[in-house]
Amino acid sequence: MLSTLDSFPARADAHPMQPRLYRAHKRHRETPDTFTLELEAAQDDAPFTFAPGQFNMLYVFGVGEVPISICGDPKRSNLLLHTTRDVGMVTHALSRIKRGDVIGVRGPFGTGWDVERAVTRDVLIVAGGIGLAPLRPVLYSILAQRERFGHVSLLYGARMPEELLYMPELQKWRARLDLDVAVTVDRGTRHWRGDVGVVTTLIPKAACDPARTTAFVCGPEVMMRFTIFELQKRGVSDENIVLSMERNMKCGIGLCGHCQWGPHFICRQGPVFRYNEIRDWFALKEI
Amino acid sequence: MDKPSNFVVERAAFPQLFAALDTRGYTIVGPTVRDGAIVYDALRGVDDLPIGWTDAQDGGVYRLARRADAALFGYNTSPHAWKKFLYPPAVRLTHARRENGAWRVMENDDAPPRYAFLGVRACDLAAIEIQDKVFLQGAYQDSIYAARREPAFILAVNCAQAGGTCFCASMGTGPRATQGFDLALTEILEAEQHYFLVQVGTERGAEVLNELAHRQATDEEMARAEKILLETAQHMGRTLDTRDLKALLYQNYEHPHWNAVAARCLACANCTLVCPTCFCSTMEDVTDLSGENAERWRKWDSCFTMDFSYIHGGSVRQTHRARYRQWLTHKLATWIDQFGTSGCVGCGRCITWCPVAIDLTAEVRALRDTETIKGA
Repeated sequence: MLSTLDSFPARADAHPMQPRLYRAHKRHRETPDTFTLELEAAQDDAPFTFAPGQFNMLYVFGVGEVPISICGDPKRSNLLLHTTRDVGMVTHALSRIKRGDVIGVRGPFGTGWDVERAVTRDVLIVAGGIGLAPLRPVLYSILAQRERFGHVSLLYGARMPEELLYMPELQKWRARLDLDVAVTVDRGTRHWRGDVGVVTTLIPKAACDPARTTAFVCGPEVMMRFTIFELQKRGVSDENIVLSMERNMKCGIGLCGHCQWGPHFICRQGPVFRYNEIRDWFALKEI
Repeated sequence: MDKPSNFVVERAAFPQLFAALDTRGYTIVGPTVRDGAIVYDALRGVDDLPIGWTDAQDGGVYRLARRADAALFGYNTSPHAWKKFLYPPAVRLTHARRENGAWRVMENDDAPPRYAFLGVRACDLAAIEIQDKVFLQGAYQDSIYAARREPAFILAVNCAQAGGTCFCASMGTGPRATQGFDLALTEILEAEQHYFLVQVGTERGAEVLNELAHRQATDEEMARAEKILLETAQHMGRTLDTRDLKALLYQNYEHPHWNAVAARCLACANCTLVCPTCFCSTMEDVTDLSGENAERWRKWDSCFTMDFSYIHGGSVRQTHRARYRQWLTHKLATWIDQFGTSGCVGCGRCITWCPVAIDLTAEVRALRDTETIKGA
C-alpha cells in the first residue's frame, strides 16, 4: 500500500491539516478505562521528532479526530505512544484499534515542557490521574541525562489504586536511588499499602530547594489549582511552575478558534505554559 | 505609479467592466437582489446589480427599499460578507478511501475559483485584511484561504451613504477604501450625470481600467467625491468609543453587565456567521454506507454553541454570559493581542442580524459608563 502514497507530503507541517498514516503496533490496557497505543509510520520512514509535552491529532477514519499528548520516549522515534481514556466517540474507536489497523496522525503540535530550562535545578513532577501521560517524556528525558539535574521527584496521585498508570514503570522508577517516587490515591482499597490523600499532600514533604526548583504539573484543572497553591507555599516561583492545559481543539494549528483561552490559543502558545504567563486567566471561570 | 490618479468612467461604459473581467477568467461576484435582500452572488452583467435598490438597517431590522435614482451601489452592507467566498462555509479537507483493507488519503484536486469581487466596501476590505492576518500570516497558513485570496481581483466601492448600524468611522476602517484594492470607485449621481470616480490600486487594476472608456477626472469631480465621503462619515448610524477598549474589556471580565446581555442573548450564533472576521471552524466526519469512504469537512462554527468549548467533563463556557463575553472580548480585545488589530471593522452586521437587536456599541457603552462610576 505504500506505493499509493507517493504523492503524499513527507513533512507534516507543509500540509498541517493532512493526516499521515500510522499503523497500530500494539494497544494495551493501562487501567479499566485507559489504554496506550503504540504507532509506527505506515507511509514513510521519516523519524517522528517531538518535544516532551507536545500533542498529536489522532484521526480514526470516518469517526473523528482528537488531540492526545505524546507519552513515549523522545529518543525512540520509531514508535509513537499515546495514552488515552475511553470517554468519547473517537477515543472509544481508538480503544478498539487492533494491531495493523491504520489511523491518521497530525502533529506534533504545541509547546513542550522545556526540560532544558530545568537543568542544574531540582525537579518536581506533579501528576494527577492521566496527567502522568504527557509528563512521562519529561521523566525519560531527565533520566537519560540524570547527572545534569538536582533532586528529582515524581509525585503522582490517582483516585483509586487501579487507576494508576504505567505500574511496571512506576515500580522500576521507585527502585532507583536517584529518583524519589511518591504515589497516593484518594481512596485506598484493602490491598493498598501506600499513601491515601490527594496529590497536593505530597508537596510539603517533597525533597527540594524551592528557590531552585522547577515544577512540571499536569492533571485536572482543580488539582493543578491546589498544586500551584501548595508550590507557592513552599516558595516555588510562578515562572518555575509549568502547567499543561486542556481545551477543545479541532485543528491544532491555531486556526479553528476552539482552544482560545483569553488571548492564548492553547494549541499554539500552549498547551504547556509557565504559570506567570497565565496567572490572570487561571483565576477566571468559563474563559 | 507616482501618485494616485483619479479617472472617470461614465455609467454607460460600466458594462465593459464585466467583459474585461470575464476575458481574464474571473468568476464575477457582487451585489444582487435575492430573497428580499442585497446579497453577494455570481453576476452575469450589470443588470444583475441592485439598480435603484437600497436597504434600511437598524438593530434587528433589514428592509429592501426603492431608491429615487438608478444607483448601482446605493446600499450599505449585505447580510453575508465576502468571507463566504474566501473562507467557504463548508469545504472538504481530506478524502480517504479504503482499498483492499488499506486506507489511502486522496489528493484534493479541486481547482480553487478565481474571483473578481465587485463592490467591496471599505469595512469589508479591512475585514479581508484581518482575515489575511489570521489565515496567512501566522505560523501555519490556511491553504484553502490562500488559494482563493491570492488571485482575487478586488473592486472596492466607497460608501456614498452610511447605514443605520454602520460605525466604520469609529473603527478607522471607512467609509473610504484606502488600500487593498485593484480598483476603487466612488459612484456619483447628480442632475443628469451618473459616473464613477476611479482610483487605481494595482497594475492589474490599471490594465482592467484600460479596457473601459475613461478619462482623467477634473478637480471638481474629485471634490464632489470628497464631499460625498465626508458626508457619509458624518452620518454613521452608530458610534463606538475605542479609547482603551482593550484595557476596558480585560478589566471587566466579571462586570455585572454581562448578565444583562446574557438575559437577552439567544446564543443563536447569527452575529458570528454574519461577522466578516469571525473565523472559527469545526470538523465533520462523513462516511458512506459501505464504510470505504471517509471525508473530513471543515465547517464554520460559532463560540455561541455549547459544543464549541466541550472537553471531557462538560463545556467550559456553560452560560450565555460566558459565551457573549468570549465573543465580544475576543472581537474587541484579545484579538489585538493575537493579531495586532481589532477584530471589529464597524460593518454593523452583528447589530442588524441579531434577532433581539443586541448592539455591541451599546454594550460597550454600558460597560464603559458603569466602569466610570466604579472608578469615580
